Amino acid sequence: MAPISTLHYLVVAAALFVLGVIGVLTRRNVVIVLMSIELILNAVNLNLVAFSRIWGLHGQVFAIFVITDAAAEAAVGLGILIAFFRNKETVNVDEIDLLKW
Amino acid sequence: MAPVATTFFFYFLSALTVLSGVLVITRKNPVHSALALIMSLLGQAALYLMLYAPFVAGVQIILYAGGIMVLFLFVIMLVNIEKSQKEDQFNKQWLVGLAAAIALGALFVFVYVKGRGLFPDRAIQMPEQSNTQQVALLLYGNYMFTFEIASLLLLVAIIGAVVMAKKRI
Repeated sequence: MAPISTLHYLVVAAALFVLGVIGVLTRRNVVIVLMSIELILNAVNLNLVAFSRIWGLHGQVFAIFVITDAAAEAAVGLGILIAFFRNKETVNVDEIDLLKW
Repeated sequence: MAPVATTFFFYFLSALTVLSGVLVITRKNPVHSALALIMSLLGQAALYLMLYAPFVAGVQIILYAGGIMVLFLFVIMLVNIEKSQKEDQFNKQWLVGLAAAIALGALFVFVYVKGRGLFPDRAIQMPEQSNTQQVALLLYGNYMFTFEIASLLLLVAIIGAVVMAKKRI
């Protein structure tokens, strides 16, 4: 079999990214939408680390910053979810339409 | 140390990661989704190890699989999942969303097939033993300002999460 190149890792990351996009666009449960966003951020991380194999360690440092952002995003997103659930008693994305009218 | 059976491990770990990702977006029960996401994150941490990034792999396991996913599980237990499991799991425009995502995937495939030569195969020799040291030197040297901004971001996120999740302030 062919040796594993950078392109292999990029293809795995692209597959994860597309899976995350599908999750964000099609699911109705807010928790699973947030998890899909985590999948997308992880795909970006895999890309960064794969490129750090070619161009030096800067990619790994950026991957750590992306992880920090993901932690902040998860904390704020889940806080919003709890506040929303307290008001509307549902976790359905379609019900989040207060700003629409 | 020379890597052993790289090809097998790469395909095994990427299959684990992608299949767990599929489970994340198809399961009805959010707890099952969260467990599949933990599997996917662990597979990815092993892929980081294969890419000679042990520090990022450790951070991935401790912070993601250990910290963020516990937060997710706590919130899943706080919200009522019995009711949402009886409802339809996919929204009305799921077909359009799927088509858009598949178009995005086709774009990725096109770019990777066309630009195959843009990704050189040469891999620089990375020091395995001092990876954490090198990352720290960059983090506290070149990226000092970014590091401070990140700490400020975390502070804002903590305060924001507390303000939003609290009943009355």
